Order: sequence, then C-alpha cells, then structure tokens
Amino acid sequence: MSYEIKTPELGTIGLLRWLWRQLTSMRTALILLLLLGVASIPGSIIPQRNQDPTQVQQYFVNNPTLAKVFDKFSLFNLYSSTWFSAIYLLLFISLIGCVLPRTWEHFKNIRALPPLTPKNLIRLEEFRTFESRKSADEILVIARAHFSKRRYRIRDCDASVAVEKGFIRESGNLLFHLSLIGVLIGVSAGVLGGMRGSAIVNEGESFTNVATSYDSLSAGRLFKLSEFPPVTLKVLKFTAIYDPLTNAPLDYSLILDVTESGKLDSRRVEVKVNKPLTFGSTRIYLQANGFSPKVTVRDNAGKIVLSGAIPFLPQDGNLTSIGAIKVPDLTPTQLGIVGSFLPTAERDKIRGGFSSYPEALNPRLLMAAWLGDLGLDTGVPQSVYRINTAKMERVGLQSLAPGQVWELPGDIGSITFDGVTKWVNLQIVRDPGKPFALLGAVFALMGLLISLFARRRRIWIRTVLGENTSSSGVIVEIAGLSRSPGLAEEIDALVKVLKEKRGDDE
Amino acid sequence: MSKTDWATLSNNFVYSSMGIIFIAFISFAFQTAWSFRVEPLAHETLKTKSMKYTKAGRIGIALAILGFIFLSAGVVARGVSAGRVPWGNMYEFSITGALAFLFAYLVTLRKYKVQWLGLIVTLAVLLTLGTAVTLLYVPTAPLAPALKSTWLVIHVCAAIISGGVFLLANCVAAAYLIMDRYEDEDGNENRPNWAKQLPTLAELDQLSYRLVALVFPLWTFAVIAGAIWAEAAWGRYWGWDPKETWAFITWVAYAAYLHARVTAGWKGKRAAWLCLFAGSTFLFNYVYVNIWGAGRHTYSGL
Ligand code: HEM
Repeated sequence: MSYEIKTPELGTIGLLRWLWRQLTSMRTALILLLLLGVASIPGSIIPQRNQDPTQVQQYFVNNPTLAKVFDKFSLFNLYSSTWFSAIYLLLFISLIGCVLPRTWEHFKNIRALPPLTPKNLIRLEEFRTFESRKSADEILVIARAHFSKRRYRIRDCDASVAVEKGFIRESGNLLFHLSLIGVLIGVSAGVLGGMRGSAIVNEGESFTNVATSYDSLSAGRLFKLSEFPPVTLKVLKFTAIYDPLTNAPLDYSLILDVTESGKLDSRRVEVKVNKPLTFGSTRIYLQANGFSPKVTVRDNAGKIVLSGAIPFLPQDGNLTSIGAIKVPDLTPTQLGIVGSFLPTAERDKIRGGFSSYPEALNPRLLMAAWLGDLGLDTGVPQSVYRINTAKMERVGLQSLAPGQVWELPGDIGSITFDGVTKWVNLQIVRDPGKPFALLGAVFALMGLLISLFARRRRIWIRTVLGENTSSSGVIVEIAGLSRSPGLAEEIDALVKVLKEKRGDDE
Repeated sequence: MSKTDWATLSNNFVYSSMGIIFIAFISFAFQTAWSFRVEPLAHETLKTKSMKYTKAGRIGIALAILGFIFLSAGVVARGVSAGRVPWGNMYEFSITGALAFLFAYLVTLRKYKVQWLGLIVTLAVLLTLGTAVTLLYVPTAPLAPALKSTWLVIHVCAAIISGGVFLLANCVAAAYLIMDRYEDEDGNENRPNWAKQLPTLAELDQLSYRLVALVFPLWTFAVIAGAIWAEAAWGRYWGWDPKETWAFITWVAYAAYLHARVTAGWKGKRAAWLCLFAGSTFLFNYVYVNIWGAGRHTYSGL
C-alpha cells in the first residue's frame, strides 16, 4: 500500500502500460477470438428473444428455475448482452492496439532494403554452392538482373547481393485486420442509426410510414423517424403459387402502389422474397403471408358493431390458421370468438376438420363464441391472435362457409362470414451501416487472399574467391529464408541462370 | 426424357457410384492388409511396382476416379430432373458434398502421395452417400421461394467445396495424430510396416495446413455471400440464426488455427487437434443444425 502511495503516478502508468501490452499481444487476441466463438454457442441452443419470443416464454413455463438463471446471464438475448459485447469490444481494442503500430511500422518500411548478407549462409535454408568461371562482378550482375525482372528489392553488399520479395504479404495481412475493424464500425452504425419495423397489411389496404402504423418497431439510439421520408404503400395484390403435388410454395409476388410524400401520382412495383423494395438505405421486404377472414358482427338490433378482415396466423404448410375476433362493444357483455380458418377444408375420422391445400378452394371458418370479460382494460398487452378466456364462458360452436350467418346463442346478435382476403407482413428495415460492413468484408477478403497467397522470401548471393582455384573463377554461395513454399524452386532457377551461357562447368 | 426419367437416372448413377467406390474401398483395404505382411527387410523394395499391395492401391485409385465420374453424372442428372442447381435439400447437399470431398482428394493426389488416405476417404464417401440414399432421400421438388436466387449457386457452391476440403484436412490431421504415436523422443519414426509408405509427420503437418490455408478464403467468401443473400431474402445480413452462428464458430476456429500456425508457431500435435476441432464445428453445423436446429435455414427438406 505504502509503496503505491509513494509513487502513485509511476505505478499507475506502469500498470496501465503493462495492461495495454498484455491486451494488445497476439496471445490475448487469440484467446479473445476463441472466447468469442465459444461464447456464441449458447445462443444457438437456447431460444433468443429477438428471434423467437414465444419460445422464450415457453422456456419460462417449462423450466422456470433454469430460465431465471439463464435470464440473469442474459442468455436469452446473448448477442446483445453486456458480457458478449465486452468480449468483442476487447477483441477489437486488442486488434486496434496490435495492428495500428504495425501498420505505421510497415508504412515506414515501405522503401526499406533487405538486410545485409549474413556471414554464414550455410546455416540458412536451401544452401547451394558451386564454382563458376565467371567473374564475381558478372555473377552479381546476372543475379541482380534476374531478380529485378522478378520484382525483388535488391541491395548491393560487399561482394554479395541481398534480395527480398513479398512485402505485400504483410500489407495484405494488415488490410485484412484493419478491414475487420471496418466491418465492426459498419455493424455498429447499423445498430445505432438503423431501425426495423413490421406491419401486417390486408390486400386492398394501405400502410403509411408513421410510428403508429407499425405492429412492432425497434430503432437504434441515433435514429430519428423524422429523417425517414413518409411513404404510403397500398397492397394491391398478393399472389402465392403452390406446387400441386407437394403443396410447397413456389413463388410469392406482391404488387404495391407506392406514393412518396409530396407526390400525387404513385408508381406500381412488384416485391418478391429475394427482391425487396429500396429507398436509399431503407428497404421493404415481403416476410410472411396468410389469410384474413372477413366478418361482420351485428348486435341483436341488427346494427353493425364490427366489420372487416381479421388476420389469422398460419399454423402449418396448408395454412390452417388461428385467430381471434374481439368484440368489446356488444351488450350486455363482451364477445370473443376463438377462430380457426381452413382454406381448403376437408374432414376425416382421425383428424376431424383440416386443411388439405394452402389456397382458399373450400374455405371454412370454425368458431367458438365466448361471453364475458375480454380483459382488454388490464393494461397487460394481449396477443391479437388469442383470447384470454379466464373470465369468459363458452356459449357455442359453429362452422361457416362464405356468405353464411351464425345467429349467436342467447339472442345477442349474429356473425356473418363474408369471405376471405390475404394479408402480407411487410418488414421495413433501415440500415445505414450496411455499405460499410460490406466494404469492410470485401477488403478483408482481399487482404486475406493476399496474405495467404503472396510469397515472402529473402535470398542472398555471395561470391568468394576460391583459395585453390587457378582459374579466374569464383565460388558462388546462395541461400534463402522463406515461410512459404517455393524457395527451393526459386533458387534452382537462379542457379540455372548463373550457370548458363558461356558453358560453365560445375 | 421426362423429369422422373432423369431422377431415376440420377439415382442409378448414385447407386452405381456407391458400388464402384465400395470396390475401391475393398482394394484400399487389401492394400493396407497386405502391407502388414511385408517383411521388415523388404521395406527397401516397397516402391517396386510388382508388390501386390501397390497394385491394389492403384486399382483403388482408378476405381475412385470412376466412382467420381459416376457420382458427377448422378449429381448433374439430379439437377436436370429438378430443372435447377441440385442444392435444394439435404439429400442433394450430401451427394454434392461427397462429390466435392472426393474431388478434393483426387486433386491432392496429383501433388502429394496420399494414396494411403484412400481407405479413409472412400469410407467417408460411402457413409455420406449411404446416409443420403437411405435417410435423407426426397423426390425432386422445386425450390422454396427464398432459395430462388443466384446466391444459392454462389453461396452453397462455395460452402460445399470448403466443406469437402475441410473434411480432407481433418483426415490428414487425424493421420498425423495416429502416426505421431510411433515417433520416439529422438524424433525417429518407428512405424509398423503398413504405415511405412505414409508421408513423414512433417509432410502431414504441412499438408493439413496447406489445405486449410487454401480454402479458408473460400469459406470466408461463402459466409459473406450468405450474408449478402440473407440481406436480400430476410432483411438482415446477420441475425445469429443457429446456422449462421455455427458458420461463424467454424470461421473463428479456423482463423485461430491459422493464427496459431503462422504467428504462434504451433505445429504438430497441438495444431492437428485444433484442426480437428475446427473441422468438427463444420460437421456439427451440417448435421445438428440441419436436422435438429431451429432457425431460418430450414431447407433441409426433412
Ligand atoms: C449470414 C448469412 C449466412 C451464413 C453465415 C450462412 C452460413 C451457411 C453455412 C455455414 C452453410 C454451409 C454448411 C452447412 O451446410 O452446414 C450454409 C449452407 C446453406 N445456406 Fe446459408 N448462410 C447464410 C445465409 C443464407 C441465406 C440467406 C440462405 C437462403 C435463403 C442460405 C441458404 C443456405 C442453404 C440452402 C445452404 C445449404 C445447406 C444447408 O442448409 O445445410 N444461407 N449456410
């Protein structure tokens, strides 16, 4: 303690320096990288709130104690949790601390010459030696010409030449790592400045881009809805084509009329699954679809209390759908209809009523009517597809074909099944960081290719005057250093060139 | 020819290739078995062509090439019958993956002496194809709307080729670990006869590294292409869907492997284990996530 008090500044600075050096070491980066991989595993096994909220709720019902523990460690929103972010932020700080100084160093060395020829070539890789009748100067001139043709950097030393190639390997490596930082910046920009919302719209209805028309909307901290130009999208027609043999969907097509703000005329566009509609950095996707039965509810005086198309949620590939019709404005008590919709209704002994095809060839609306308190005023948000029947009582069951009317029991009114229309789920996404992330990824890939395939090597050629050579020739020594394959071939090629011409002997 | 004719043709080709590769497997098995019996003294003459087991190995390779041709025909015919690239469900991924794996082996064979790997490679191909035709088979069907994209060709092709090469690198790393047991402290390799013709430990170590370094960029590309496609199809380029998460884990694992090799100078045993680990994350993604996983990559057709 007292020691720290005596030299607080030196101690802190020293400690910080030490920490920084530890953090930016290769080993730390490697450990953090592996840690990031391991840390992302639970999220692929435990359901995630942003992907499947209902399954998370189910988890709480099935394993309440475990779920609470998981929740404590943010395992249901792992990828946005503090500890997960901490790992990747540390990794990127480590990366920056490691790469920036190296980039600076590399930049300074951009014109550096290869190192001087070592004394002992024999200890290096691929050592070769032979006697030549050429003079020392001739040998060095040929070697220099040979390597400058191959774009090596060349340094003349005393009776020797040092050459080097593959500087670009380090450039590629740095490009790769720097680009990863670019990807992270792009991703963060998207999270902070972006938004994502979705809305269910029936065929024939319109969606206008204001906060209240979204079914769900989440936005980054720096996003302002006012930056987002208002548009109106009218859903003209949605077509789904199915394979008659397997009932599998083949193609979805959505025709929209788009009216941008301030403009009177609209344009007609087609949106498909792989073809979203684009406005600047905002895109509109076709995400899901289903059926909306059209119903009219009348009270016992014949007055219409509810009328419209109500989206039902598909449950299977044949679009058997479930939904709820909530009628709070009926006297003397509220009415709730728990419904299921069969686009192509069939019946057998085992399954009862079921749908055998995903198109509305023989539509049926099956309904259970409940009377009592819908519980809409409790303040707890409710699913639009379900009814909380805790305070209600079932009063009847009915199945209707289009056009049919059900006189509700107890003379409280009637419900008419007018027909069916389709709904689509539009997903509206704004991601201003996307181009940066893509650019980063492309550069990272380029850097990776360069750093894995560029070959780095150093070669030295020295001429030694032979002690016992009577001729005017010299002894040539060649050796190299390389981390990549191909050094032997390169040196063989050099030896061949040096031995060529004027018929040298060995 | 009608679509069903093409589908039948494809099945016949796939079954024939399995037959051929099975005989190749038997040949490789004889090669290994006969080499057990070579007298230690005779090991100098191992390379002479007259040795029985060398012949068996050559027959094995010839048959593997023939099997490769038949399997290619099977994959192509499958594509013709579906009227699209043959990568729409897990049966098709498996037969194409087996093809890519066999191809990677045959290409490596041109540069490295890896005949001995034939036994493992043909066995792995047979297992993959066997699972495909028995458990995963589905009749040809058109593509789901989300798969109708040029990115299907680009992304899946890159992923399948990477998978084939990763698997081969795993085989080499496994061979390294087996051979490593025969090395004594002084670095002398006291291998049993059957293993004498195998490359040295250093060569095995190099080979698995080369294979990984070669396809790691392709794998990176496959992931980037997947992200671009996800952006177009699902409205986000990265969503930590289980398949994406495991693709990322594989990427991180191989990145760690390359780092360990290149910058930390890991070699030999530790590197081989890391390579095996990274490869198994890929297999896990293919098997677990396709069959039991949730998420949006539910195109396996199971
Ligand atoms: C961030 C984006 C994505 C990543 C990281 C990713 C990752 C992967 C990986 C690692 C594989 C191959 C390995 C395996 O089969 O186990 C794969 C395969 C596949 N991916 Fe993706 N993917 C992405 C986006 C997409 C998108 C948008 C689609 C299509 C709508 C798609 C469709 C497929 C298909 C059809 C396969 C074939 C094999 C299979 O499901 O196993 N992927 N993906």
